[in-house]
Amino acid sequence: MTTTGNNLPSPPPSPNFDTREFWDATAEGRFLLKRCNDCGVVIWYPRFLCPDCSSTNTSWFEASGKGTVYSYTVPRRAPGPYRDAVPFVVAYVELEEGPRIMTNLVDVAIEDLTCGMPVEVVWHDTGQGNALYRFRPTAG
Amino acid sequence: MSIRGKAFVAGIYEHPRRDIPDRTLTQIHAELALGACADAGISLHDVDAVFTDSTVPGMGSLSLVDYLGLKTTYLDNTETGGSSYVGHVGHAATAIAAGKCSIALCTLAGKPRNPNRGGGGGGGGRGGGGGGPNPDAQPEGSFEGLWGLGGAPYQYALNATRHMYEFGTTSEQLAEIKVAASLHAQHNPNAFLQQVFTVEEVLESPMISDPLHRDDCCVITDGGGACIVVSPEVARDLGRTNAKILGHGESPKHADNGRVDLTYTGAVWSGPRAFEEAKVTTKDIRYASIYDSFTITVLETIEDLGFCEKGKGGEFVLDGALVAPHGKLPFNTDGGGLCNNHPANRGGMTKVLEAVRQLRGEAHPAVQVADPQIVLAHGTGGSLATRMGSATLILGQEDA
Repeated sequence: MTTTGNNLPSPPPSPNFDTREFWDATAEGRFLLKRCNDCGVVIWYPRFLCPDCSSTNTSWFEASGKGTVYSYTVPRRAPGPYRDAVPFVVAYVELEEGPRIMTNLVDVAIEDLTCGMPVEVVWHDTGQGNALYRFRPTAG
Repeated sequence: MSIRGKAFVAGIYEHPRRDIPDRTLTQIHAELALGACADAGISLHDVDAVFTDSTVPGMGSLSLVDYLGLKTTYLDNTETGGSSYVGHVGHAATAIAAGKCSIALCTLAGKPRNPNRGGGGGGGGRGGGGGGPNPDAQPEGSFEGLWGLGGAPYQYALNATRHMYEFGTTSEQLAEIKVAASLHAQHNPNAFLQQVFTVEEVLESPMISDPLHRDDCCVITDGGGACIVVSPEVARDLGRTNAKILGHGESPKHADNGRVDLTYTGAVWSGPRAFEEAKVTTKDIRYASIYDSFTITVLETIEDLGFCEKGKGGEFVLDGALVAPHGKLPFNTDGGGLCNNHPANRGGMTKVLEAVRQLRGEAHPAVQVADPQIVLAHGTGGSLATRMGSATLILGQEDA
């Protein structure tokens, strides 16, 4: 049994005018999502306008940090800082709020991976004033 | 055909600012799109075609329609410097005249007074990171590029996992696709891989990114291909067997505001458009060049084009269904990208070329389909797991 994801590098993101608030909040362990104030849809990835109804009237709210695994893979080779971290898990997690987002799974044995597995967010400090969101199996 | 009187400019908008340090390039494109649509009196979601240049962060118009949430039938990133945008209007008129779209957004944005400062991390979609803020990193970059995913195989593996979970598809079924391609490649003296594979050999090849093995992946090759498209008048004068273009459909498939669905491709939209224009159905297709970057690409595309029900691709490919000349759906008789050639890591052109060879009766005799009449070539680009281009072309013999 191989528990994976405890040796992952945490390369810093590149915040921009669409995403600065999101990445700033990660320093406090808060996972922000945007919602459209006109049509109500949750927006992912964060952006200037609602991709569903084109409204620019959007606002941030804090997500639960919980979700389920939608799909996953285990790269056996990886680029750059991840080169020495293989094997590890890249996944799409479906957030409770709806969006399916790409991320890593940690603290999980590769042979235990399944679609539908409940997971919760953990934060890995990048050392650059923000943190990466990753997910681990929900306790209990 | 002339475009004279076939299209009109209905809305215009010029950004009011001349120094924009507080916007990403993509945000400016979004503002321009909203402004032009407002001037035309249409909703942004009425737009069904986008024409822009290669400077839009990411993959040009494909990344832009992802950001804007548009479902389009036509995209164009023609890059000819400052003349691009005049050309784009002409291209838009041509596409509209041809019935490929009806409301085209043509857009140009730039920020030479506020060039990128910082290292560009997160923009490359590879490992990301480092060098400080990059306001014009592609909008999704930091949300997809920081997780250690390398190139295409690692991404397409996510599709394979989900397809297996939802439909019970197996690695053995995926391997059958490689086996079929290899049975064809053995007859192609130029093929990069000429050995015939067995299912067991595919499954025993090294795992690249679960559940995709090395032999689920296409070859990496130098080279390329080209074709000439002419008017009916020129075709008549050439006096050789020409492939008649019967229909074509295109569609991006993007992350759709977080509603990622890994079980299908853009072929669900490009395929029907091509079939409708060609006035044929899947039953008429006697040979298909199916984009085969990976075995899972073929499996999902066969389902999406309607050759079998969604989720049944794994069963469909068994019993030599893809093997020429007698299978249910002979495919990639040159050996495809899986065994023959995938030049520049892009297999679209070779798909067209083998479809034309089949129509002309110039495929290798061992894999030539008898009098195929009507054939199909399908191309896939970008990533099945995030945002992709999809194009379907239907060709026929001259009397088709």
